[in-house]
Amino acid sequence: MTGWLDALIQGVLLGGLYALLAAGLSLMFGVMRLVNLAHGDLIVLAAFAILVLAGKLGLDPFVAVLVALPILFVVGFALQHVLLNRTLGRDLLPPLLVTFGLSIIIENGLLQLFSADSQRLRSGAIETASIPLGGGIAVGVVPLLTLLSAISMIVLLNLIFYRTPIGRAFRATSDDLEVAQLMGVDHRRIFAVAMGLAFVVITIAALYLGLRANFDPTIGPARLLYAFEAVIIGGLGSFWGTLAGGIVLGLAQTIGARIDPEWQILAGHLAFLAVLVIRPRGLFPRAQD
Amino acid sequence: MDETASRPAQTFRIKTAGRTSHVAVVAAIAILLVLTLLPVFASRTLIQDMIFLFYMLALAQCWNLLAGYAGLISVGQQAFVGLGGYLLFALTLVGGLNPLLAIPIAGVIAALFALPTALVVFRLRGAYFAIGTWVVAEVYRLGFAQVKPLGGGTGTSLTPAVTSSVSGIEWVRMLLDVRTPAARDIISYWVALALMAGTLAAVYLILRSRRGLALGAIRDHETAAASVGVDIYRIRFAVYVATAAMTGMIGALVYLQKARISPDAAFAVLDWTAYVIFIVIIGGIGTMEGPVIGAIIFYLMQRYLADFGAWYLILLGVLGILVMLFAPRGLWGHVAERYGLTLFPTRRRLVVDG
Amino acid sequence: MPLLETRQLTAFYGDFQALFGIDTTLDASETVAIIGANGAGKSTFLKAIAGLIQGEPDSVLLDGAPIGARPAAEIVRRGVALVPEGRRLFPSLTVEENLLIGGYGRKLPGPWTLDRVYALFPVLRERRHSATPTLSGGQQQMVAVGRALMSNPRVLLCDEISLGLAPIVIADIYAGLPRIKAEGTSVVLVEQDIVQAMKVANRVYCFQEGRLSLTGRPRDLSREQIHRAYFGS
Repeated sequence: MTGWLDALIQGVLLGGLYALLAAGLSLMFGVMRLVNLAHGDLIVLAAFAILVLAGKLGLDPFVAVLVALPILFVVGFALQHVLLNRTLGRDLLPPLLVTFGLSIIIENGLLQLFSADSQRLRSGAIETASIPLGGGIAVGVVPLLTLLSAISMIVLLNLIFYRTPIGRAFRATSDDLEVAQLMGVDHRRIFAVAMGLAFVVITIAALYLGLRANFDPTIGPARLLYAFEAVIIGGLGSFWGTLAGGIVLGLAQTIGARIDPEWQILAGHLAFLAVLVIRPRGLFPRAQD
Repeated sequence: MDETASRPAQTFRIKTAGRTSHVAVVAAIAILLVLTLLPVFASRTLIQDMIFLFYMLALAQCWNLLAGYAGLISVGQQAFVGLGGYLLFALTLVGGLNPLLAIPIAGVIAALFALPTALVVFRLRGAYFAIGTWVVAEVYRLGFAQVKPLGGGTGTSLTPAVTSSVSGIEWVRMLLDVRTPAARDIISYWVALALMAGTLAAVYLILRSRRGLALGAIRDHETAAASVGVDIYRIRFAVYVATAAMTGMIGALVYLQKARISPDAAFAVLDWTAYVIFIVIIGGIGTMEGPVIGAIIFYLMQRYLADFGAWYLILLGVLGILVMLFAPRGLWGHVAERYGLTLFPTRRRLVVDG
Repeated sequence: MPLLETRQLTAFYGDFQALFGIDTTLDASETVAIIGANGAGKSTFLKAIAGLIQGEPDSVLLDGAPIGARPAAEIVRRGVALVPEGRRLFPSLTVEENLLIGGYGRKLPGPWTLDRVYALFPVLRERRHSATPTLSGGQQQMVAVGRALMSNPRVLLCDEISLGLAPIVIADIYAGLPRIKAEGTSVVLVEQDIVQAMKVANRVYCFQEGRLSLTGRPRDLSREQIHRAYFGS
């Protein structure tokens, strides 16, 4: 019994990480209708950025990430402004293929720079610290922080989207690009800001990804798939939905792992496909769309 | 005074072929003949290189049919390449079938797998569909990694009993005076040539048929196509299953030739999707000639630049992005537009006689 | 100098030419009506002025300055706001948020605030937190007009604001026009409802298949003239 309870708890905590990974993707889907195939690789890129900053500046990753955030905001802003804005339009192919190409460039660029060695963000004692819950079950501090950060991030994103002028601009642009322009919204700039914001989310996700487990340049695509699955399971257009989707995915994986460790990832994918068949719009889809 | 009565009656015909394409047909037959006879005077390396070129071209034609015509952008075709490969191994190693017979059977079974796959994955649209196909490919990969009789996560090899049971080896050995492995390669070469030609022919026939007209309409303007009664879902479903069958057969051939399979290799995104997409984009999406050009260019790049490892891949990525942004119709697309060329005519022109 | 002027304004949708060299003027405090049959190019005309369709820089002049090639977001900042055909409110935004986003491009000083818009269309204040799809057609039209006003435009372009609305509702909306004019905004109205248009306009332009077929003051034009200009001979 403890084994199953433990699996449930670990599943929810893992879901926090997946929700964080997915939040940036959800933002990009939501504002720009951009399906960014390089999303996972960007997370890995951010993790390496934190690693390098932590190493060069002798900082703890929790501090290094604060240095990384503004840098990565600018990188995201520039990426959208210079490259991805050119792919806008009704044709599906350009954004998909350009981000796919980007994914290959990032992955191989990182391989050239850092080799395929496994890396880890080191933060001292906190990595192994845990809070015992009794009955032999313990909750790791880092996984718990991840979940709490995911929740905070989603609260923050909802605040931005629903209580600020720029959030209004995000939602309006997503609803009707042409009429948003009639309101004086420069959609190119708005998209660039949104991408910068998405990169901030990605960087925070990268922090916890790198703290929880080893990473290397090749793990990007798998993270893209998990993020995507979390968004779809949760339902498009809702950040809380993304959290729910992440948790469902995390639970599916840990329960699958409980049955057979080799089945962990497959169980997650199958759960995704099941949701797709039973509730194709996800668990908490937005009313419109 | 009724003016129309005094004019002679006009008749209308639909023509597809033009003068350039008649020349192209003759040239194509000539090329096919030369290619068939190639093993007589070519080295084994060249034969192996040609096999690679043929199957990459065939895969590119399939992806082009899916994405360029049916509007289904899939980044998960590796699912069917790997499936075909594993089916070949299963049918020969476990089922004891003749490998050459196993290839078309693998295609049929791949189509059967594609049916439920399509039902699930078609619930997603557009770009979400694309990632959905990737998820499916991962499911296939992880699934086959669990199949212990076929090597599980590390994979397995074809036994000499299987590789030597490929039909025609003895005949080729005697005729061309080569050793068994080379003879096997030559048979694989002819199968690859047949598959490539067959895929080209199949895609061409599909595009010239009524379905093809519908596909062209879907490619150009989906909503308009739907409004004139084109059943987009059914056509896309049919195209998806058909390309799955073709891709499965190609995968079966690939792994017959390699004689060794593993989940990571058989379901690799890079080899079976990234390279294929590159070929179609460089050559020209939405045309049949484009992938031919693209495959040749890619083959040359692969031959001379692949040793550069990560830099080569970065180059491919950068090239792909540049082409997508600044020359989205690809090499052939731009040339054809400039000079109005078509080698594989599929567009219909109205010809007025009288 | 006229407030707004178009000179030889042409517009294309791909290969299809929708406007063939339109010359019009709008003076400050004027109300100009654009009438014409469906497909005559009236909406295209407004979209071209608003910057949704780009053309030659000199084809549209605002206070003498060329804006014909400027993007829409810049044009609204300069003081030309469009109430688009079909209202096109933002479904993800409430009534109040729709109004607020109208003020996003607000660069010019002016009288229009949230409160003023609610004063103009009081029913909106009651529904301020409602989702816009739940509003009636007339209420949605009021939101659309209010939203455009929030940028303090000097020129308000209205595209078929009476479309699909009952006469009494149309009257309610048109009742707001004098207030809008009084606050210093000049209005260009594209209207299917000729009677309504003639009542409020200082001048009328009639479009026919992308060309101007008639212009003048309502009281100077006879029914036959308008009929001919509208439908052609």
